[in-house]
Amino acid sequence: MKLLENSTYTVLKGNHAVSVGAKLARVEVISAYPITPQTTIVELLSEMVASGELRARFITVESEHSAMAGCIGASLAGARAFTATSAQGLALMHEMLHWAAGARAPIVMANVNRAMAPPWSIWTEQTDSLSQRDTGWMQIYNESNQEALDSVILAYKVAEQVRVPAMIVLDAFILSHTSEPVEVYPQEVVDAYLPPYENPNALNLEHPHAIGSLADPNVYMEFRYKLQKAHEEALRVFKEEGQRFKEYFGRAYDTLEAFYLDDADYVLVTAGSMTSTAKYTVAQLREKGEKVGILKIRLFRPFPFEDVRNALRGRKKVAVIDRNISFGHSGIFYSEIKSALYRDSGAPPVFGYIAGLGGRDVRPNDIVEIYEDLKQREEPAEPILWKGVRV
Amino acid sequence: MIEIRIHGRGGQGGVVASEILAKAFFKEGKYVQAFPHFGVERRGAPVAAFVRVGEPGSFFVRTNIYEPDHIIVLDPTLITAVNVLEGLKPGGWVVVNSPAEPHELGIPEQYRVATVDATSIAIQHKLGSKTTPIVNTAILGAFARAFGAPSLETLIAVIREEAPVKPDENAAAARDAYERTKLSAEVQV
Repeated sequence: MKLLENSTYTVLKGNHAVSVGAKLARVEVISAYPITPQTTIVELLSEMVASGELRARFITVESEHSAMAGCIGASLAGARAFTATSAQGLALMHEMLHWAAGARAPIVMANVNRAMAPPWSIWTEQTDSLSQRDTGWMQIYNESNQEALDSVILAYKVAEQVRVPAMIVLDAFILSHTSEPVEVYPQEVVDAYLPPYENPNALNLEHPHAIGSLADPNVYMEFRYKLQKAHEEALRVFKEEGQRFKEYFGRAYDTLEAFYLDDADYVLVTAGSMTSTAKYTVAQLREKGEKVGILKIRLFRPFPFEDVRNALRGRKKVAVIDRNISFGHSGIFYSEIKSALYRDSGAPPVFGYIAGLGGRDVRPNDIVEIYEDLKQREEPAEPILWKGVRV
Repeated sequence: MIEIRIHGRGGQGGVVASEILAKAFFKEGKYVQAFPHFGVERRGAPVAAFVRVGEPGSFFVRTNIYEPDHIIVLDPTLITAVNVLEGLKPGGWVVVNSPAEPHELGIPEQYRVATVDATSIAIQHKLGSKTTPIVNTAILGAFARAFGAPSLETLIAVIREEAPVKPDENAAAARDAYERTKLSAEVQV
């Protein structure tokens, strides 16, 4: 990996990579409430604001609901707004998440995946962010600290063009509290890629107007149509900006990432930090001649239907490994992948594995066992294949 | 890739030690990963932190470390309190904060043992208090001596950058420990 001239290559925790990403994006308002394991994201930002390193307003509030309300107000007034949360904090924001998307406020929020209580857990699981699937936010899942930093910048770039808020998602502890090398770009390169946020419809004391008033059945549906169209546009912009990202920073991003996929008969679908362990394992399986590859989902909303179809068409079998669950249904990525493949003539059988809930470690041997299980299975009969659960 | 597990008690600086060690290896061109035990931490309770070191471009897993190549023990009472040797690969270094000779600790002969009186060194340099000295920088000096990497110069440079207070005293503690480390004789693998 060639670094940019004047970049700093340094060792950062995932949470601090997010804070540095927000600083490089020159966020103007941070409205936040602490919760483990997110806290050190906003803690470092508050230090940057206090020291003058970052010119921004840091608003301390009494709950996550208010944290998001603060971001919405700031965003509608024309500021670049940021916050971060986890699990119960994200759940408490739920109402305001709809407000942010409905008011078309391009806020960027980091959610550090943490399992929902009860029983209490502070460890990673994706059910918290995936439970907010239908609020109208973009969702970007990250595998490494570098990706987390980059996603903050990329998320603002896309969100502000389509006026849709974006959530960048990283695993509790496995990324948030793990230190690893990260390239921190020169501010001027970030400034060239991400210009200041301009909102021509920003709230303005000279020309007062209101946002979010009553919409009767005669107009409400059009608002929803426009938000959906904005998501469809976001998919195109995300792909375009992910490529432009490489021109500025040397790294390209897409909706998906392929690993040993070209000639793979069997595909493991993953999202988030588990992908690194899967890559390590698949590289070893490849040395033994196994034709297996990985499809990593980066963008979950808007969902990249066409990219998923193109990546999976013609494979022998697919295993989706979900660190999340929709009770009474199945793993959430599993059901989304299946819906993307519906009636595609070359669609392979798809099997859904649930692993690693509540931060349970997913080790290389677990990946090998899922792969071996996949190879010997016939048609998917059960909606859920549990991996590593004691029953 | 080598995997290192650090055992300490909450408040001794084990997590900071893992980060300093990773940053020192990184400074010498390695790819690294450092993380604490993912749990709740209390002052005085046994805690662990982990470091992975490998060549840039190699694949790093994102799991706990179950079979470390080497271990570092910040508090000698942990040897009987928890099974610090659990999963340790034969031939691995056991670097212990202890005034004892390496052979006096009762560690099986399949391991290499290094001891250093990091507590006395930390107190001498006024790191922490006499009752709760901060021994993390001293023990890293002993690890560098036993393992042969990172170099003492790199380690001291990173300690100076990373120490929240007393950079000179922490650097001196690492140097003293490096010089006073006692190594076991031949390793029986």
